[in-house]
Amino acid sequence: MIRLSHVHKTFPNGAVALRDVSFHVARGEFVFLTGHSGAGKSTLLKLLYAEQRPSSGEVRVSGHVVSALKGDQIARLRRRLGIIFQDFRLLEDRTAAENVAFALEVTGARKDAIAARASRVLAQVGLASKSRAYPRELSGGEQQRVAMARALVNDPAILLADEPTGNLDERATRGVFQLLRDINAGGTVVVMATHDLDLVRQTEYRTIEMREGAVVYDSADEAPAPGPQ
Amino acid sequence: MRLLFREALLSFRRAPVLSGLSITTIAFSLFTIGLFGLVAINLQRALEGLEERVEIVAFIMRGTPAESIAQASQDIAAFPEVQDVGYVSEEQALARARRELVEFRDAYRDLQVNPLPPSLELRLRPGFRDAAHVGAVAERLRGFSFIEDVRYGREWIQRLDHLRNLTGVLGLVIGLVFATVAMVIIGVTIRLTLLQRAREIHIMRLVGATNWFIRGPFLLEGALKGILGGLLAVALCYGGFLVFRRSAESFNGLLFFEPWQAAVIIGFGMLMGLGGSLLSVGRHLRRMGGRADRRAS
Ligand SMILES: Nc1ncnc2c1ncn2[C@@H]1O[C@H](COP(=O)(O)OP(=O)(O)O)[C@@H](O)[C@H]1O
Ligand SMILES: [Mg+2]
Repeated sequence: MIRLSHVHKTFPNGAVALRDVSFHVARGEFVFLTGHSGAGKSTLLKLLYAEQRPSSGEVRVSGHVVSALKGDQIARLRRRLGIIFQDFRLLEDRTAAENVAFALEVTGARKDAIAARASRVLAQVGLASKSRAYPRELSGGEQQRVAMARALVNDPAILLADEPTGNLDERATRGVFQLLRDINAGGTVVVMATHDLDLVRQTEYRTIEMREGAVVYDSADEAPAPGPQ
Repeated sequence: MRLLFREALLSFRRAPVLSGLSITTIAFSLFTIGLFGLVAINLQRALEGLEERVEIVAFIMRGTPAESIAQASQDIAAFPEVQDVGYVSEEQALARARRELVEFRDAYRDLQVNPLPPSLELRLRPGFRDAAHVGAVAERLRGFSFIEDVRYGREWIQRLDHLRNLTGVLGLVIGLVFATVAMVIIGVTIRLTLLQRAREIHIMRLVGATNWFIRGPFLLEGALKGILGGLLAVALCYGGFLVFRRSAESFNGLLFFEPWQAAVIIGFGMLMGLGGSLLSVGRHLRRMGGRADRRAS
């Protein structure tokens, strides 16, 4: 589903964010991307959803060479990805349901289909009762769940999460994490960047650790049992 | 499509001051262009009246056989520039002189011989009444052996030419300047809206909106503002026209725009709105889409 081959990323100001990163994520996997702040986690995810291009090397997502996509091809790729962030990135002037529906509207989906689908994913993340609430009326955990509903509404094959629990207290973190596991159990690939090592240790999921832009540890390398390489 | 309209109209409500400002600037620039256009239209019509009187007189040698003159008249009437040719005989010339030059009436009455030669008077078609064409026709007339002299109001025609060219150039320059200013202002207002909504646009891109989907409402917004500005400009022009016409008796005959001309102004406003928003949205999307992309490698 995801394959990076010798990916380097250097920013115009000379900052080196990624050094020779190569790995493969198979269908159905849940992968933690760990490392200190500045290790290159966000940059790596940005390459996956075509917000940035690699300086060299190749990034493939669902068979597409991401750096070769342009314009509307990028838009179409993103419709098959779900993306969530530490800061939720909801539209403040829209209700929870409208925020979710928004992701469907941009794809040109039909209006009646949009409403039905939006309320279904809101129910899936446990927010059916808050569909008319505005982001400021919701707790952090609830806002993140709205963002997850928005990410899920297009039925993505891959969910990319950049420190999704970074702003949440422990209870909300557990709730959001459980949701991510449920989503993965449904067959969606999940790549989650985090520096919450407690969370990582709780589970047996594959872990890729980065330091100064390089992959320094990949649990799939030493215990090749669960990952079909 | 409905979504598109809703998004476009929403911006009017979100930023009423900004929207009002851009409509006003479009209206003001088109109003200025429009006023100039009105002057040009009316000046053009006044010039046409003057041009009606552009004529060339070719004096004919005495004793030229009538058949030669008749033949020559036909040839001259066939010149592409010529509208009509009239023959004025010696007697007609004298009669006219007696009629028009009252002071010399007695002198003309006592004459034994007619001092006035016969002549051909010709008028040119509209579009050929400028100095260059008049000169060329006069030159050709001189080529006839029995034509003694050719007269036309050379300076007067040249001055008319200058006036017309000046109006044309001035209109074009002022029009272009104002159109540019208006487009820049529309671009700036749309860019302000874009910056206000940068977060929203960023999120739209993340969830997979195409560039055209994002552009659409902005372009529609620009076009709508342009049309509104154009309508306002035509209304202002009409107001100004009425005030001006009432100010003096002699302005009674002033012309206003034909409906199609008013439509051109409004259409021009729409194009300015579209152009301004297209420019600023395009640049904004390119910048947002590939800040690191394009430069890194
Ligand atoms: N747009 C950018 N321009 C320049 N340097 C950047 C940019 N984005 C990230 N970096 C740098 O790249 C490195 C990796 O950043 P990032 O991927 O955000 O790390 P992480 O998400 O692991 O904290 C850092 O040194 C950061 O300063
Ligand atoms: Mg980060």
